[in-house]
Amino acid sequence: MAAQIFSAIFVIIIGVGGCVAYFWGANKLLDLIFPSRGVSGSAAVDNLRRQGLVRPWLFVGPAMIILTIYLIYPVIETLRLSFLDRGGEHFVGFANYQWALGDHDFRNSIFNNILWLAVVPAACTFLGLIIAVLTDKIWWGTIAKSLIFLPLAISFVGASVIWKFIYEYRGEGQVQIGLLNAIIQYFGGQPQVWISLPLWNNFFLMIILIWIQTGFAMVILSSALRGIPEETLEAAVIDGANPFQIFWKIMVPQIWGTIAVVWTTITILVLKVFDIVLTMTNGQWNSQVLANLMFDWMFRGGGDFGRGATIAIIIMIAVIPIMVWNIRQANKETGGH
Amino acid sequence: MAASTGKSFVSRFGVHIAVLIFVVIWTIPTLGILVSSLRDKDQIIASGWWNSFSSSSQTEAGRLPAASAQTQKDGKYVIEGNVFGDGAKRAISAFGTKAATPTQYKAGTAADLGDGVSLQVNADGSFVLSSPKAFEGDRGQRVYYASSAPPKFTTENYENVLLSQGIGRSFMNSLTVTIPATVIPILIAAFAAYALAWMRFPGRALLIAVIIGLLVVPLQMSLIPLLKLYNGVGTFFGVPSKTYLGIWLAHTGFGLPFAIYLLRSYIAGLPREIMESARIDGASDFEIFVKIVLPLSFPVLASFAIFQFLWVWNDLLVAMVFLGTAPDQIVLTAQLNALLGSRGGNWEILTTSAFITIIVPLTVFFSLQRYFVRGLLAGSVKGG
Repeated sequence: MAAQIFSAIFVIIIGVGGCVAYFWGANKLLDLIFPSRGVSGSAAVDNLRRQGLVRPWLFVGPAMIILTIYLIYPVIETLRLSFLDRGGEHFVGFANYQWALGDHDFRNSIFNNILWLAVVPAACTFLGLIIAVLTDKIWWGTIAKSLIFLPLAISFVGASVIWKFIYEYRGEGQVQIGLLNAIIQYFGGQPQVWISLPLWNNFFLMIILIWIQTGFAMVILSSALRGIPEETLEAAVIDGANPFQIFWKIMVPQIWGTIAVVWTTITILVLKVFDIVLTMTNGQWNSQVLANLMFDWMFRGGGDFGRGATIAIIIMIAVIPIMVWNIRQANKETGGH
Repeated sequence: MAASTGKSFVSRFGVHIAVLIFVVIWTIPTLGILVSSLRDKDQIIASGWWNSFSSSSQTEAGRLPAASAQTQKDGKYVIEGNVFGDGAKRAISAFGTKAATPTQYKAGTAADLGDGVSLQVNADGSFVLSSPKAFEGDRGQRVYYASSAPPKFTTENYENVLLSQGIGRSFMNSLTVTIPATVIPILIAAFAAYALAWMRFPGRALLIAVIIGLLVVPLQMSLIPLLKLYNGVGTFFGVPSKTYLGIWLAHTGFGLPFAIYLLRSYIAGLPREIMESARIDGASDFEIFVKIVLPLSFPVLASFAIFQFLWVWNDLLVAMVFLGTAPDQIVLTAQLNALLGSRGGNWEILTTSAFITIIVPLTVFFSLQRYFVRGLLAGSVKGG
């Protein structure tokens, strides 16, 4: 343990020191190779130009190398692996994709993922927007926002334990220590094993993600609401609009762009949802999702990389439209700057 | 006029109530595990945590002493004692002798067990079993009783999970993973962000587009190729494939697109005049970056650091793929997941472990919330 702490500190020093040494040293070296001071005028200009050509690459170099190894190469490799067999040795064409279309678990995952996509982003955005509007009106709004925002700092595993405790089931007639069943029993209902009810269990898992992500939507939307020009609201009030009309016809249209951002951000998160399903059900009782199915195939029986890669590609395909849209928006915004 | 103020009072009141309901729903779940983690482990299963401040009642079973303990009194054979033995006393409300009806008789009354045998169990646990005939056999009378215990709070659960359930060790492992994985990307990203914001070079626009594209690439795309790569490197050099160095670099790679994106948009927004006047004074790009850009970018660096810290600390997937599950490598989230499997019903262990895993992010979050929110806004609103 002590050795571990020591080695961690050692690595931080080496890592950070190495980074600093690289950037500092590389720049120094460049100045030495193409000196711009102490040489004749035209040579200095020439060398400055050469420095200008090289230096940006010294700055972006490390980032590019790491991005290439950890993201760009894997994307290409995963695509290639999806056409290979389980060991990644023999070409099998579209066999993995065909398998996926016919596989019960895969179809179930696709269905569940669509369900998640339909419910979670909408619920988070809607609740976040409502809470943002309401908390803006009261003096303790900041405290309320902090508390609703808080689950965002909690890990999905931690959140799963928290909610598993709420869904906890004990036999009928016994003392229910899970809050949900206790409430149901108090009102004379029948306690249920919530996370093993096919179809419905999806919603009980979604609640966890909604609980976590509503704070995110709330904060972003709250700041967008603040950006709405005061005059438009005043004009609406003078014209006799009621609060609902103001909300739907004045506020929402003006923050439409932000709503789209929140929606797509949560959509991407939902596509990758893994921890919650793994810890709550591990895909049992028809609650499987793509990310967990992929993890399963990565390690099941020594691992089937072909099928795992195929599932990853399916997730990627779902993300591509958002990716294209993001890049276009960014290009528009920066205008090539 | 009066009607209008009345209406606005009602609607204002409604807003307070509505927000209060949201706040309660959002905080109750976390409160539940916090309270439970501090409760006695027998009480956790005996009553819901919302009842933890009132006495909890539970049904217990015991066996009275065997025939050898009997004494003769007034012509009767009697066995006396206390159902709690020498242990802690609880208050008994009812008792019984059959598993089906464990609370058949009120405490303090005498139960007729047939053949003239009677049993009386009092509230303090003392009992008198008497019979006109001598007791036989070496197994005592079975007895069931409902007892209630005063609320009991303890830090025992914390001692237990930290020392015996591997949570303490995992806590250290999590720190070992998180700190380097937070620090390393910052420097690399800051240099790249400065170059992308303020230096002119061919391919810059393309690089920016690539980074924005990489922002949304699912982690899942990287897992299998990197797992293969790590295994290959491990075999080639004869070193373990699951190492801390491996996961530090992985988290660095996965965090870089967001880091560069966030830092670039901030650094690009710094005033041009400062840079230009420094350049006229003969400062090189390196000097401008170190002496001007880095200090001015402190808020966004802090934002990213918090993000990366929370993301790495809370991560389960990357840790499960790139780190082992032995005690010297397993991180908190993975340990908690393992406990969910092996200690599924032991809520005192689960709630306590869960609370330990969330305490660090919550502290970071509350103390640095301002930077966190700022980063969140910069990261997604401008992201368009």
